[in-house]
Amino acid sequence: MKKEIGIIILLIALCTVTAILNPRFLGAANMQNMARLIGMYGIFSIGLGLVIISGGIDLSVGSVFALQGVVLAILLREWHWHWAVAVLASVSSVMVLGLFHGVMVARVRMQPFIVTLCGLLFYRGLARYIAHDETKGFGTEGFGMLRSLATGSIGPVPMPFVVLIVVAVISYIGLHRSVFGRYLYAVGRNEDAARYSGINSRFVILSAYVVSMLLVGVAGVLLAFYTNSISPANHGSFYELYGIAAAVLGGCSMRGGEGSILGIVIGTALLQVLQNLVNLLGIDSSLNFAVMGAVIFSGVLVDQILRSRSAKKIQKARSAA
Amino acid sequence: MSAPLLELKNITKRFPGVLALDDVSLSVERNEVVVLIGENGAGKSTLMKILGGVYQADAGEILYDGKKVTIRNVADALGLGIGFIHQELNVLDNLDVAANVFMGREPVWGGPLRLIDRGRIARQSETYLKKLGLEISPYALLRELSLAQQQMVEIAKALSQNARLIIMDEPTSSLTLSETERLLATVNDLRAHGVSVIYISHRLGEIGQIADRVVVLRDGRNAGDLARGQITHQNMVSLMVGRKLEDLYIHGKGPQQLRYFEVEGLRTTYRPQHRISFDVAGGEILGFAGLVGAGRSEMAQAVFGVELPLEDKLRLAGKELNIRGPRDAINAGIYLVPEDRRRTGLITEMTVRENITLPGLDRCAVWLLIRPDREKEVARRQVEALRVKTPSVEILAMNLSGGNQQKVVLAKWLSLDPKVIIFDEPTRGIDVGAKAEIYRLMRDLADRGVAIIMISSDMEEVIGVSDRIAVMHDGEITGFLKREQFSEQAIMHLAVGRGAS
Repeated sequence: MKKEIGIIILLIALCTVTAILNPRFLGAANMQNMARLIGMYGIFSIGLGLVIISGGIDLSVGSVFALQGVVLAILLREWHWHWAVAVLASVSSVMVLGLFHGVMVARVRMQPFIVTLCGLLFYRGLARYIAHDETKGFGTEGFGMLRSLATGSIGPVPMPFVVLIVVAVISYIGLHRSVFGRYLYAVGRNEDAARYSGINSRFVILSAYVVSMLLVGVAGVLLAFYTNSISPANHGSFYELYGIAAAVLGGCSMRGGEGSILGIVIGTALLQVLQNLVNLLGIDSSLNFAVMGAVIFSGVLVDQILRSRSAKKIQKARSAA
Repeated sequence: MSAPLLELKNITKRFPGVLALDDVSLSVERNEVVVLIGENGAGKSTLMKILGGVYQADAGEILYDGKKVTIRNVADALGLGIGFIHQELNVLDNLDVAANVFMGREPVWGGPLRLIDRGRIARQSETYLKKLGLEISPYALLRELSLAQQQMVEIAKALSQNARLIIMDEPTSSLTLSETERLLATVNDLRAHGVSVIYISHRLGEIGQIADRVVVLRDGRNAGDLARGQITHQNMVSLMVGRKLEDLYIHGKGPQQLRYFEVEGLRTTYRPQHRISFDVAGGEILGFAGLVGAGRSEMAQAVFGVELPLEDKLRLAGKELNIRGPRDAINAGIYLVPEDRRRTGLITEMTVRENITLPGLDRCAVWLLIRPDREKEVARRQVEALRVKTPSVEILAMNLSGGNQQKVVLAKWLSLDPKVIIFDEPTRGIDVGAKAEIYRLMRDLADRGVAIIMISSDMEEVIGVSDRIAVMHDGEITGFLKREQFSEQAIMHLAVGRGAS
């Protein structure tokens, strides 16, 4: 909890500043739109966070969205599968990709960066090939259930946000309360010591990649129906970086073994507020990425400075003792 | 008569809690090979690190060529003409021989471009290689050479820096017999070329072939010198050992259940040519003595299943075990307190509580969800039972002292159901007070019927704590000693490979 306080304060400060400069920030339409995006981005950011906590990384997420979107569109519109079957099939195929990454990382001992970088390239290419590089859409008719998941609301709350809350609660229990979660932290921090304590570290790492892809699959369905048309060359581009950024802002360390679900969710929210701020304050939208980069950089820099200070303090206390 | 090439006079070095060197002196004449011996921890490495500028002496002086010098870093030592060949070689195996020999001193051409003069370094390297009788191309990549050849490249490098004194730290520890012969011949050649050598070794057998003089350290002090005619196995051993035991050690009830834990024909990937067989009784502490690198840790890791053995047969209370990983060992009640507690014993960035409950987390969980109250209770009980000095169980393990960290490692296992515990160097880097506590804990466990295996390079500890001692040399057990046979001489004989068959 202590670790998240900094970023929560940052989030509140940004919201306050934006709201003062442009009161439309607090308007119902803007809030709902933001919540919807936070919902979708939050789901896969949690997935990425789990992989990062295991000591790994997943760069393939954006391309997986494109591949999954294209396949889903074909299954539904061209092969006319029942929506439930199509969704189940697409999400489980995405999990198989996670299983593949996990095996390569945990068993074959390849570096996660390389494995998923190749995934990023391969899946994007495959998506474009399957779709003949044409935009695939879901039309305007049918699939009411899936559409309402992506674009509907419960009362004033957008559905994706509701899904995020459910996912976050389950992940919170899984990560912070369960035996598996403790093992994940242990393996991420020090795989050797975890092994010496009898933890099956390979299984833990592999599971992180599979669970992560489950969440990516779920987010992918929502994203597909949110955009309603999948352009295989662009759909989901850079989304892995949003996820990584959210996780890092939320306190995950690229060294592994650190981070929390609450932090990742707040990190996601912070990124969306930043984008919103760029829009609402009339900042040139081409500066979008630059603003995000600058804020993440300063956040991590401040965190680093505070941390090395407290480390020095501990050392002083120890040498004095 | 001219002054000796090197004189270390009355060197004293203190580390927190330890007097590593106490008034130690060492001199080396021109064209002399001095062999430095002593048990693990006798102060050999510390003395050489002072010579290399890694440490500064608290008292004493260094004379080189009769002049007083200060050595602040390795570059200072090199500047004086002192070269080091470390046990772990210091080569860049992605580069070729010539690049390694001239690393950091490359002659350049091309003005501001500062291009390396590859032809020149290759030619010059070749002359040094020839001098050492080494038939390899200066363009050969280091990783394609054998360990012995890489070592020769290091010697060539030292020669190219005009070294007049070369220090070799256990250079033969990973060489084959013929490579060792070759190296010993090289040492004699070096002397013939006017280079002096300080040679550190545990292998007493090879020393007679090269030594002009043997200097023995014991417990951070000079234990004596042996001139050429006096260099015998017996003389060296009796100088290296010979201390009296303090009453740190408690004797217990001793063996209760004979052949409780049996290891038969264990072959590790480390030394696949040897088989290790032994058994431990319930209630017995079996010490494993030997020199560093004798394969004791590898044996422990194989039994515990972290490095799977090629072949083994384990029996606990007569029942055969099939261990395919640490989880199997833990489930059988066989635990390992590893050598490196910061790397493998603990997750130092996790709390004391999280570390203690890690191997038996299932026991604190219902339906795979951890019950915080139960977990805390387990951790607290262990902290109290072992008297771990920590303000709370929520402190990060890295903030504890070495002795308390070791107790946390032990607490992990005591919260379960121990039948066999292997301790690998349990008191390394721990102060005397905590040592006594660890010994008492080990003895208590034994008296409760647990079979204890203790690997230790500390002679005094092995003799004081063990009920029986197995001595290893080069991957095999060279002998077992019963309590009435315990003596440092007897252990040292077996540890340097003189099997009392």
